Amino acid sequence: MVAWSGRFGPDQLSLTEKLGAMSWGLVALLLLTAGMGFAMLYSAAGGELRPWALAQMIRFALGLALLLSIALIDISRIHRFSYVIYALALVLLIAVEDKGSIGMGAQRWIEINLPGFRFQLQPSEVMKIALVLAIARYFHCLNGEQTRKWTSLIIPCLLIALPTALVMRQPDLGTAVMIVAGGVTLMFLAGVALRWFVGGALLTLGSLPVAWSLLHDYQKQRVLTFWDPASDPLGAGYHITQSKIALGSGGLFGKGFLEGTQSHLSFLPEKQTDFIFTMLAEELGMVGALLLIALYLLIIAYGFAVALRSSSQFGRLLALGVVVTFSLYVFINIAMVTGLIPVVGVPLPLISYGGTAMITLMVGFGLLANVHVHRDMPVGRGAGQGPF
Amino acid sequence: MRGDIDQRKQFTRRALFLAGGQVLLVSGLVGRLYYLQIVEADTYRMLADDNRINMRLLPPLRGRITDRFGEGVAVNRQTYQLVLVSEQTESVADTLDRIAALIDLSESDIRWVLKETSRRSDFVPVTVREGLSWSEVTRIEVNLPELPGVLIEEGQSRFYPYGELAAHVTGYVGAVSEAELTAADPLLELPGFRTGKNGVEKIFEAELRGSAGTRQVEVNAFGRVIREIARQDAATGEDLTLTIDMGLQGFAARTLGEEAGSVVVMDLLNGDVLALVSSPAFDPNAFNQGLTSEAWQALLNDPKAPLINKAIAGQYPPGSTFKMIVAMAALEMGLVTPEDTVYCPGHYTLGNHTFHCWRRWGHGDVGMVDALKQSCDVYFYDVAHQVGVDNIAEMAERFGFGAVTDIELTGERAGLVPTKAWKEAVIGEAWQGGETLNVGIGQGYMLATPMQLAVMAARFGNGGSKVMPRIARSTSGRDVPIFETLNIAPEVLAVVREGMDAVVNDPVGGTAYAARIDDEGMEMAGKTGTAQVRRITTADREANRELEDIPWNERDHALFVAYAPLHAPRYACAVVIEHGGSGSAAAAPVARDVLREAQRRQSVRWPHDDAGSFPGQEV
Repeated sequence: MVAWSGRFGPDQLSLTEKLGAMSWGLVALLLLTAGMGFAMLYSAAGGELRPWALAQMIRFALGLALLLSIALIDISRIHRFSYVIYALALVLLIAVEDKGSIGMGAQRWIEINLPGFRFQLQPSEVMKIALVLAIARYFHCLNGEQTRKWTSLIIPCLLIALPTALVMRQPDLGTAVMIVAGGVTLMFLAGVALRWFVGGALLTLGSLPVAWSLLHDYQKQRVLTFWDPASDPLGAGYHITQSKIALGSGGLFGKGFLEGTQSHLSFLPEKQTDFIFTMLAEELGMVGALLLIALYLLIIAYGFAVALRSSSQFGRLLALGVVVTFSLYVFINIAMVTGLIPVVGVPLPLISYGGTAMITLMVGFGLLANVHVHRDMPVGRGAGQGPF
Repeated sequence: MRGDIDQRKQFTRRALFLAGGQVLLVSGLVGRLYYLQIVEADTYRMLADDNRINMRLLPPLRGRITDRFGEGVAVNRQTYQLVLVSEQTESVADTLDRIAALIDLSESDIRWVLKETSRRSDFVPVTVREGLSWSEVTRIEVNLPELPGVLIEEGQSRFYPYGELAAHVTGYVGAVSEAELTAADPLLELPGFRTGKNGVEKIFEAELRGSAGTRQVEVNAFGRVIREIARQDAATGEDLTLTIDMGLQGFAARTLGEEAGSVVVMDLLNGDVLALVSSPAFDPNAFNQGLTSEAWQALLNDPKAPLINKAIAGQYPPGSTFKMIVAMAALEMGLVTPEDTVYCPGHYTLGNHTFHCWRRWGHGDVGMVDALKQSCDVYFYDVAHQVGVDNIAEMAERFGFGAVTDIELTGERAGLVPTKAWKEAVIGEAWQGGETLNVGIGQGYMLATPMQLAVMAARFGNGGSKVMPRIARSTSGRDVPIFETLNIAPEVLAVVREGMDAVVNDPVGGTAYAARIDDEGMEMAGKTGTAQVRRITTADREANRELEDIPWNERDHALFVAYAPLHAPRYACAVVIEHGGSGSAAAAPVARDVLREAQRRQSVRWPHDDAGSFPGQEV
């Protein structure tokens, strides 16, 4: 092979090649989706860019830069550092137990004070991506035969169980569910024998009473209220009742942009964060809601295409891992605000106001784009390529 | 590499399986959206409107009540209250201190406001004080720049400018009672709403009240009003014109003075009640503002019963004023002629009972006119004995006794006209002949209200038309009502009217000659009455005590009925003074003054008036 200028090595692509192979379609979809979010945040503030829309745009711009940077990193390098990232995320989760601030009665984030730069870090969000990396790396190193062995279950299960236990202690039911669901889905995609999933499902059912007893009172209350929101219309059931009223009253075409009565008269709680989908559906109607869902489906489909096209197991698992995490956000949030599942506090990806989820997602999409850019790049198996 | 391809194939299979699962999940979500936004959209749209749209009631202005000349008797007065909106002031406590420096504000008021402002949302106005005087309002207005968040709110409340004077006619308004709350009118739920509790305020409640307006406002989840969506103004209640002439009413009340009793003056042609005084009275304004329980107890326990409208609810033996009825019955039946005389020795014996005449030494031979003029009891014992109680009762009922007049006032009572059947049914004993004699002089079981006495006088004065009293001239301007006739022969009536003329105007023995009207053309005819409150014993007769020596509540009631002017009767009047002594000394002078004033006012206030037509009345 001729050593082309600008190449970093035989298995490496040049910067121009990488930019040419970049997932510009994904970036366009993300821009459209986030654009709808900006519009809704503008409406939530009563037709003002402040306090939410402008801040969200800046975050998205930063996130986009992050996405492009991550996409350009060599995939083998990411593979190499997967366990390190996981370990770091785990350390942060443990740290949040000590130093975490109190938010909504739960310890969820760490205040980071660097000179001239101050931000809140939510380790559970970092973990969502770190877990995908770790599991993808673990199964990448196994062949089909090895994957079907029961011994291969031990490490991924541990990888999932450790952060789950820590997140549950915070307590953050929504994130715990997402970590478990994401991890298990990834194991399924990696090729773990189906019987384990059947067994796991039975085990989960059997342990439900135990899990119930471990839940905090407010979590139990949420679940109970979910079954019968009318029992407590002004208390815990208020949010979901008002959300359904807002959604339903939106009808097919909605009440018009900036015209949502439920949202603008404060009947709808947290309209700029967890319940922003409700506001969108109230103002833009079912048509607007379907438009957003269609955008989400396109992003998911894009992710599937990237995954199926990837030549490495690591790339495939990493890409679909990101897609699964993303779709879990979407499904859980929409199911929650439409009253299909209890309120668990999961934001609507790319739309809800909030920094951590936005950064997590953009990092995730950076990894997805990375897999796309490096779709034909082989990723080495086994040891000797870096730490661990 | 073979393993790699297998692994990739398996991954693809499972990825497609996962994609299928996701499609199912999305379908579920879309189905849910379809259910909420299409199927149930109308329900949720309604719920969203329920959330944001609030109905506020706008209370109507209560209709005014005026006298026949348009003088306001019950009106609406602007009231002022001071409210504080805590979100507009930096420190509620400081602002309250500054308010207290300007107007009277007690420590407990301040504590209450501080508690309310902390308890409620900070945009809710809290009432600091109600019923501000005009000078207090101006003091606040001048200092408003230093009083952020302070507002003066205007309201309307019922006001009776004449105070006690027309209390028994207008009645009063008060807070809505539990019993009224069963009615459907949403106004009744409004805090501070007032309804008529008595008098015409109660009888004409439906007309006076008006109907509520509504204001639809959009509110947010905290109840703050964002904007007004729709407004329908309240409909003011209808105004009510009384037949009362407040000038005459005031004159009658002053003439009656401190006595307990009542004066009724009515137009004997059309039934308009020109004055209706019941004394003592109460201040209806006090009821509107809310009476203290001490003040209420004082009113209840007053022996002169200020809360009772004595003109329609006071029932008294009519005494000698009833003798005209007995005379009418006898004349109409042809049992006596005016010329027939009865010898009065001062007493009358029936069986083994002796009945006394008020004049112990008797009147000698008296005919009917003389008997009325001198109010000879023995003559009427004799005549009543001949006529019989049931015939007397029949005549009494024709003249309006024993039944309510249905005047538009609350609490009217029917009085009592005894008959043989009545006594057997109610008391369960047979009628005694002696009881007929008592009825013959208006005593015994016989009871009448001053209003009934005025109606009787009116029917004598108008020549036997069955006039009925009324106190409200409807808002639509009712015509002169057409009354039935009592079917009394004019020559029969003329005899009794001659007697009533003689009572007042015959210097020789007329019991009310001292109370005659001298003015040419204004003379009155009438009849005195003195009703016993307790049975007179022989000892009393011997003692012959002066009025002052008798305890107040044992003194006789003084009565007088009259009409005037004598030759073209227009006004009927009844005066009852509780425990006033004698009709001729106590009641007749009051009637004289009031009837003279009524005629004088007619010539001054309505100079071109013909009988039966009044200013503002369609003829």
